[in-house]
Amino acid sequence: MGKGLRHALAIAGKDLRVELRTRTSLLSAAVFAVLVLMVFNFARDPTAVATVDLAPSVLWVTVAFASVLAMNRAFTVERENGAFDGLLLAPVSREMLYVGKYLANLAFVLVVEAITLPLFVLFFNVGLGSALPGLLATLLLATIGFVAVGTLFSAMVVKTRFAELMLPILLLPFMVPPLVFAVKTTVPLFAGRPLSEVVPGLRFLALYDVAFVTLSVLLFSAVVDE
Amino acid sequence: MPPASAPLVTARGLARRYGPVHALRGLDLDLHPGDVLLLLGPNGAGKSTLLRSLAGLLRPQAGTVTVAGRTLSGDDPDARRPIGLLSHQSLLYDELTLLENLVLAGRLYDIPDPRARAEELLARQALLERKDDRPRQLSRGMQQRAAIARALVHDPRLLLLDEPFTGLDAVAGDRLRALLREHCTGERAMVVVTHHASEAWDLATRVGILTGGRWAYLEPRPADLGAFHQIYQELARG
Repeated sequence: MGKGLRHALAIAGKDLRVELRTRTSLLSAAVFAVLVLMVFNFARDPTAVATVDLAPSVLWVTVAFASVLAMNRAFTVERENGAFDGLLLAPVSREMLYVGKYLANLAFVLVVEAITLPLFVLFFNVGLGSALPGLLATLLLATIGFVAVGTLFSAMVVKTRFAELMLPILLLPFMVPPLVFAVKTTVPLFAGRPLSEVVPGLRFLALYDVAFVTLSVLLFSAVVDE
Repeated sequence: MPPASAPLVTARGLARRYGPVHALRGLDLDLHPGDVLLLLGPNGAGKSTLLRSLAGLLRPQAGTVTVAGRTLSGDDPDARRPIGLLSHQSLLYDELTLLENLVLAGRLYDIPDPRARAEELLARQALLERKDDRPRQLSRGMQQRAAIARALVHDPRLLLLDEPFTGLDAVAGDRLRALLREHCTGERAMVVVTHHASEAWDLATRVGILTGGRWAYLEPRPADLGAFHQIYQELARG
């Protein structure tokens, strides 16, 4: 294993360990997801809108906002005791520092999604069946992209006075393209359409991932270096 | 007589502005192995800005810093390897134990056996029995000792200290002075930023006073602290 990757894994491992001890972000994101799903479940009128029409939007609204909550913690943990200075001072490339933070965020958001998805199936009684592989691919591809941007923005806003407020304001516009395509991909999947119909949407999500992961890695140094 | 060895640190033309405020105005500095620079100045003189620039944590708008022959820049992470920083903040994660904090630092500095190194440093700071405690469970003095252990995990050649005596009682202060005296030998150098010259006077080989982002004074340490106080008062008043 290369030195850079070792550094990135050490940073990601540290973030995971800290989160496992505090559980603040995971718990708040998971509770938020449960509440949103419950509200949508009890507020909907199944005779007015078919579940299959409503479910994709509900799923992605829940995932999007729960993810923002989960990502808010990425750099707030670094504020305590000036700990981020310790990371910036270490002989770790800024790219690998970003990758470490990114991997931890990705793990958090995937865990939140892993909690959300079964609850979503339970509340909305959506039979995933053959849609599951396509849905998992959509979730993974969309998450890879917006977590990349979220990690970058969470580094950008951490020194501002209203970091928790600033992150969604900055991030949500960048989440719109992957969310739109994720919803558009999920609709035919829930309608039982074949996987081949959603391939263009998945391609777009993959392109978004390549573009924004690359951009975020390249821009991270400019964001954290004073 | 000028030192015979090559400088460990060379800073040339460092300049940094925060809006209309000039924190550093074309500052030069050479530090040789064995140098301990006591850095003084009134609030806003540029001391912390200089220290953070020397650490590579702050990118000067003009000028360069070279440490052990490598110019500091974000693109060359290994250029930061010889630098250690002890600030008034501990740089420790509150949710990790002391041992975990030091092992993490050791991993980031590619120490071959980070756990053994962490335990060795904690033992030297008389903190080995508290290795499984978290920083917030410790007294201020103990936290400072843990921060010292973290700063020394990679045995840095250049140690930068930003008001390291803040919040320490007399015993903890003496202990820190003894440790710094022990550390700064041979190939190493130190910069100590403080508001009270007496705190690190005996350690210093040189004394610098910054005012308005410029050197108002940069000389070998005078013999008499009392006389230096008068010089400082005059220069700090401008």
